[in-house]
Amino acid sequence: MVVKTHTENSGTRQVEIVGLESTIVRFCGDSGDGMQLAGTQLTNTSAIFGNDVSTLPDFPAEIRAPVGTLAGVSGFQLAFGSKKLRTPGDEVDVLVAMNPAALKTNIGDLDSDGTLIVNEDAFTDGNLSKAGYTSNPLENGELDKYRVFRIPIEKLNAEACKDTGLTGRAIGRCKNFFALGVIYWLYGRPMEPTLDWINSKFGSKPVVAEANTKTLKAGYYYGETTEMFTVKYTVAPAKIEAGRYRKLTGNEAMALGLITAAKLAKKPLFYGTYPITPASDILHELAHHKSYDVRTFQAEDEIAAMASVVGAAFAGAFAATGSSGPGIALKGEAIGLGIMAELPMVIINVQRGGPSTGLPTKTEQADLAQALWGRNGESPMCILAPRSPGDCFDIAIEAFRLAVEFMTPVMVLSDGYLANGAEPWKIPDVTSLPKITVTHPSEGSDFQPYRRDKKLARPWAIPGTAGLQHRIGGLEKQDITGDVCYDPKNHEHMIRTRRQKIDNIADAIAPLEVFGEDSGELLLLGWGGTYGSITAAVENAQAEGLSVSSAHLRHLDPMPKNTGDVLRRFKKILIPELNMGQLLPIIRGRYLVDAIGFNKIQGKPFMISEIEDKIKEMLGN
Amino acid sequence: MCADTATVQLTAKDFGSDQDVRWCPGCGDYAILSQVKKVLSTLGVSRENTVFVSGIGCSSRFPYYMNTYGFHSIHGRAPAVATGVKVANPELDVWVVTGDGDALSIGGNHFLHAIRRNLNINILLFNNRIYGLTKGQYSPTSPFGKRTKSTPVGSVDYPLYPLSVAIGAEATFVARTIDVNVKHLAYVLERAAQHKGISFVEIYQNCNIFNDGAFQYATGKETKNDTTLFLEDKKPLIFGGEKKKGIRLNGMNPEIVELGGDITEDDLLFHDEKLAEPSLAYLLSRMHHPEFPEPMGVFRCVERPTYENMLVDQIDDAKKKNSDASLENLFNEGDTWDVK
Ligand SMILES: Cc1ncc(C[n+]2csc(CCOP(=O)(O)OP(=O)(O)O)c2C)c(N)n1
Ligand code: SF4
Ligand SMILES: [Mg+2]
Repeated sequence: MVVKTHTENSGTRQVEIVGLESTIVRFCGDSGDGMQLAGTQLTNTSAIFGNDVSTLPDFPAEIRAPVGTLAGVSGFQLAFGSKKLRTPGDEVDVLVAMNPAALKTNIGDLDSDGTLIVNEDAFTDGNLSKAGYTSNPLENGELDKYRVFRIPIEKLNAEACKDTGLTGRAIGRCKNFFALGVIYWLYGRPMEPTLDWINSKFGSKPVVAEANTKTLKAGYYYGETTEMFTVKYTVAPAKIEAGRYRKLTGNEAMALGLITAAKLAKKPLFYGTYPITPASDILHELAHHKSYDVRTFQAEDEIAAMASVVGAAFAGAFAATGSSGPGIALKGEAIGLGIMAELPMVIINVQRGGPSTGLPTKTEQADLAQALWGRNGESPMCILAPRSPGDCFDIAIEAFRLAVEFMTPVMVLSDGYLANGAEPWKIPDVTSLPKITVTHPSEGSDFQPYRRDKKLARPWAIPGTAGLQHRIGGLEKQDITGDVCYDPKNHEHMIRTRRQKIDNIADAIAPLEVFGEDSGELLLLGWGGTYGSITAAVENAQAEGLSVSSAHLRHLDPMPKNTGDVLRRFKKILIPELNMGQLLPIIRGRYLVDAIGFNKIQGKPFMISEIEDKIKEMLGN
Repeated sequence: MCADTATVQLTAKDFGSDQDVRWCPGCGDYAILSQVKKVLSTLGVSRENTVFVSGIGCSSRFPYYMNTYGFHSIHGRAPAVATGVKVANPELDVWVVTGDGDALSIGGNHFLHAIRRNLNINILLFNNRIYGLTKGQYSPTSPFGKRTKSTPVGSVDYPLYPLSVAIGAEATFVARTIDVNVKHLAYVLERAAQHKGISFVEIYQNCNIFNDGAFQYATGKETKNDTTLFLEDKKPLIFGGEKKKGIRLNGMNPEIVELGGDITEDDLLFHDEKLAEPSLAYLLSRMHHPEFPEPMGVFRCVERPTYENMLVDQIDDAKKKNSDASLENLFNEGDTWDVK
């Protein structure tokens, strides 16, 4: 949305300055072209500048697919604005394409009057044919509806770097910063944050630092001096709550949350895991924080990872694991052991497209049914889902709080979109964090391994405690004593007790909140990573005067106690999910409401407009 | 004040729990249980610092019968559960009890990796060369051609040998003993407990219900002297009732020779537990009945830093470098900016 326009001198000429409320930029190129880095730099700079930001990296599944091919295209999209941004945006305003393959895979997302900046040097016959173009799109008119800027980025970059001592391929690797420089000029961004970053990153390689500095500036001055650009944009700082901020991805936030929970409870954090996209970054982040008594264990597979977590929990650590769908499938049996042993632990599933290996780098919400029912026997477990990258921090703390309070495994359903997406995170005041109190029984207490408290939690007696030696395992137990027990009545009693214990968690979680009016025509009920898109769409529809509200579940088992009440206050209920409809039958069955589903299974998040259109369709507009 | 339990001399009985032992009468597991309790009572360890972790199988019932902390986990995963226990609290004495199916079929992967990491835990493999708990199917250690419920005309897969696997996985301590030789069993258990690092012990265990007599050759009065060979560190490999037979190297291969005449002890292969390279231990692990007497005792015992010690060292180092590991500092790492 254009806020205001005026003209200004740029170098020796006049340019029109267009003020925008928000904008969406996407960098795309070969996976070796440094697009993630360029995107991250623009994100950081915009955040430091005071904008709200929201990002969506889009990696290829192959790390190094052949250069120039469609499979090797990597992209990074970000929205920045002077208003609250709930998603990285639907359609792209400015697309930077470093080669024909990148152009081909991304042009469909460019707004019909968007700006396209291409690296003209890469449009060679060879690259065109690798991308499947039979004629050059820069010449054949198919891009006419866009504002196209053809820039010989490779030549200009080489020119900028030529006296630095850098040679050959190393020069080529700097070209992302030339493109970034052009964008910095286009949006009037300060270069200092990136220059500082270059100096701290390449401090020990002054040649590399110099080349990157020169090409960034060259890009910036290219924008300023060429006659090509007649318009530039400004995006004013957002009105954001005062405080200190940093940018966090969902995975980083999750890692910080796990460390924080353990620290609040004065416990070591044990993280046993096996690498898998898109969960591995949690491990990477944690491995950097050993000084917080973080003990990471890279196991031989997910079965071992989960089993080690059960062992660590038995021994008294705050134990967690992270994986994605295929790994969670392998963990199933050991999760069941955790449920049977009634030990506290946190299991993070960063969901990706399935089934099987599926779409490793793409997002999906199709593991809810697995979380609820993906184990043998009646094996209930608390299930939570963060709703934004920053919320991963809070949910990780809440997961551990509930795990120790109720002596149960807790599963957290994140997803690829939250995990890799970033947003500004207001650094919390440490004194405002929730308390996590852990009590271990000691000798003298009249100890019984399965004697429960009012909430039905059993005592967490840990090895090393004199007099409390006891044995646990996966076989059914007698209540109170914990002895192996095959009695039919006891089995039913234990099954019901384990379920009741999870239900009791409803007393310890926040009620479901409604965004908008408390009652009305239509309620959108979402869960997990779709929060941003749903809320933005509902906000837009409300602004148009439609009777629509939304509610978002962060707790899927148990659900907040008032869920049924909220649902019944609306005439229609729509459940958008990035799956075939997994929450839907639960809501229909449990609350007997005629909810309908809205589903997308393309490995991509919802666009705001898709949900808005559906709202209008349902309200007959 | 609570009594200092560690200084009170505990008896074997003190290490037993109140649970009824439910193995079949005559099962080799009984003898092992009683030796483990006895050895623990002599080591001066405390019950509360001892943890037994097992998988699933007859043998894996073991933790229930010990008055220590215990975890009867899931099939094959005991080494991984034990890893979590040990890393969470390196002060604990951790023992894994497993079977041939548990360790080498379903748990083969965890078995290898727990060994290569050299955690200071003790793994006792009760090898009865059969699946006991599931009532008598052949196992990965059953001899080729074994007829069982699931192989009525004989198995067509080749067995593997637990010690060879453990040595291949870089074990720092490997030993073999046998259920009925209680003295030797106690000796090997004690050595295993004393070793700092992974201790792997294969225990020949008779399943008198589904595989009775599997080790008759090695236990029978008539045969045992010729079918087993007791290893002693730095001593020549000698066996036989009259100690007249020995093992000599012929090129790369062992051969049985009669002592006397022009063959003296000096011509024999000498055992050495502490060789850096595991070649000798591996060669010994490849000596099988009926071609050779099967070695009993400690095959290999070498020192190497343990996983948990190195992990704790890294944490201590990090703590020294970041002496103020506060949440404030954690949150404020990296690029921050202020909004006024
Ligand atoms: C996941 C799983 N698969 C299969 C089983 C069935 N099962 C239990 S014990 C066992 C084999 C046990 O053999 P071994 O490890 O040699 O122990 P033993 O009973 O001989 O002591 C099998 C197949 C199981 N409990 N869990
Ligand atoms: S089945 Fe065999 S191994 Fe199992 S308890 Fe009976 S005798 Fe022992
Ligand atoms: Mg067996």
